[in-house]
Amino acid sequence: MVPSYDVELVAVTKRYGATLAVDRISLRVPRASYCCLLGPSGCGKTSVLRMIAGHEAVTEGDILIGNKNVTDLPSVKRGTAMMFQSYALFPHLTCLDNVAFSLKMRGVAKAERRARALELLALVRMEAFADRLPSQLSGGQQQRVALARALMTKPRVLLLDEPLSALDPFLRVRMREELKKLQHELGISFIHVTHSQDEAMALADVMVVMEDGHIRQAGAPRDVFERPQSAFVARFIGGHNVLPGEHGLIAVRTDRCRLKEAANGQPHLSGCIAAVEYQGPVVRVVLKTDQGEGVTVLVPDNAFYARPMQAGDPATLVWSADDAHDLMDV
Amino acid sequence: MAAVPQGYAPGSDAARPWTFYALATLFGLFLLFLYGPMIVIYVLSFQGPNGGVTFPMVGTSLVWFENVFRPDLTANIPAALARSLALATVVSVLTVAISVAAALGFRRRFPGAGILFYLAIASLVMPGLLVGFGIGLGFQVLGIPGGLFTSALGAQLTWTLPFGLFTMFAVVNRFNRSYEEAANDLGASGWQRLIHVTLPILLPGILGVAMGAFTLSYDEYARTALAIGSKNTLPLEIYALLSSETSPMLFALGTLTTGLSFVIIGVTILGIRHIQRRRVAATPLPDIAS
Repeated sequence: MVPSYDVELVAVTKRYGATLAVDRISLRVPRASYCCLLGPSGCGKTSVLRMIAGHEAVTEGDILIGNKNVTDLPSVKRGTAMMFQSYALFPHLTCLDNVAFSLKMRGVAKAERRARALELLALVRMEAFADRLPSQLSGGQQQRVALARALMTKPRVLLLDEPLSALDPFLRVRMREELKKLQHELGISFIHVTHSQDEAMALADVMVVMEDGHIRQAGAPRDVFERPQSAFVARFIGGHNVLPGEHGLIAVRTDRCRLKEAANGQPHLSGCIAAVEYQGPVVRVVLKTDQGEGVTVLVPDNAFYARPMQAGDPATLVWSADDAHDLMDV
Repeated sequence: MAAVPQGYAPGSDAARPWTFYALATLFGLFLLFLYGPMIVIYVLSFQGPNGGVTFPMVGTSLVWFENVFRPDLTANIPAALARSLALATVVSVLTVAISVAAALGFRRRFPGAGILFYLAIASLVMPGLLVGFGIGLGFQVLGIPGGLFTSALGAQLTWTLPFGLFTMFAVVNRFNRSYEEAANDLGASGWQRLIHVTLPILLPGILGVAMGAFTLSYDEYARTALAIGSKNTLPLEIYALLSSETSPMLFALGTLTTGLSFVIIGVTILGIRHIQRRRVAATPLPDIAS
């Protein structure tokens, strides 16, 4: 029977002593998909990843990988491989020996395991560095070797713990593309923990937004961005203003808001400009409403410089009722 | 503009204040006090065959060095040296084994961990003579004859183990557990993880503990003296010589012992440096074409 999901979490709970880190989480990751766990620090996303990997015991609930219940299995038997945030490349072994490590533990002969390690290093374009030690590599290079080492075990699911946090912004974007390409080529699932919404939206097929040990929303990035379910998701995902509406809170995209005179009957909020930030293609204007709330508007640059504004000017925030999206809960 | 305080900034062209010279003189005198007697000993060890234990030098010769290696009625240096080296090796190996195991075990809080820790440290606080006396007496009461690898070994371990434990705790504390998790992830069993990952990474620390325990044992006097029984280790033999025979042979012995200590320390440091140089990042290479 072909399993329909690569990873399935069933009411998984994790307690550290008296602290509840993860509270009855259920999730299904479809086959060969890129899943991002997104959330602020302390939301439990790393705990979830480590429980899937087998490095953390599950307090309650079950984890299934490819329809097999792996909750009580050690990490090596789960068909997962983990790429650590610090890469954890063994400092006393060369890159080649690092990548060949899993085969050495299984007793594969030296010549064969070195050959296979070299193939994987070629896949991540690091074959020229086979005899270097990890300390002689840069951050991005170390990451690629760590990737090759993890892939050597032929996992069904690759788990990545904030892999791009340690890289500078330019490299981050390039590595992002490589990760996505690799996931497509290999045809396996990647589960990627991050606190950056840009990263998650760029990479994910399934984006899971977490807070305080709960999943607040899970779905395709476009769905989450266009239709956030709660104020927390709307705020965390960025690019939204959370505004008071008729029956509760609404979310309006910051680039769909405008600063101009309100037409008749058009929803609006008046206030005065608190900050103007140039961002290249857009100008980010922060407005402090009369109620004291801060709202953000992304104004296209030519529109802004046709009628420039500065801090202290009075202004009115307007939006179309079509662009307002009702939020379900707080 | 605020006034710039007039002080001595290292590297500037300002003249040094008088306090610098005063303190430098004091430091120079201290160094003289510390190393002067030792230098006198090294020089006098090359005393001529008819010379005494003080200056002037009556010619120079190596005859006193030869005397060191000839066992005679008052002292048997080569035998004592062999015993010292053998005991130091055994103490070193045992200290490393126990310290590494303990440090790895103490990573997890277990009931009684605190008490065990303080018990181990306690022997550092107790006077060495009393510890040695107690052990010697204990063996006597039990009717077991004291010896090199029984009572003396035990007495020396009470001295080296606290140091070994402290050092290994510090080393293991800095050890990143991600390495072990990665090893697990890649399919290593507990034993494989220990041999292929944990111990190789801890190796510089382990070598440091081994060397530390070796030199502590080699120089140990107080505890060993009262617990060893009839055969002497080198420090005990030298002490016995001091009271019975005064000749430049003692100085030659001192020079040789110092030389040996430096050789041991030097070899170990070179070994550790060699390992470290291969592992410690000098400067991370920039991500140009990666």
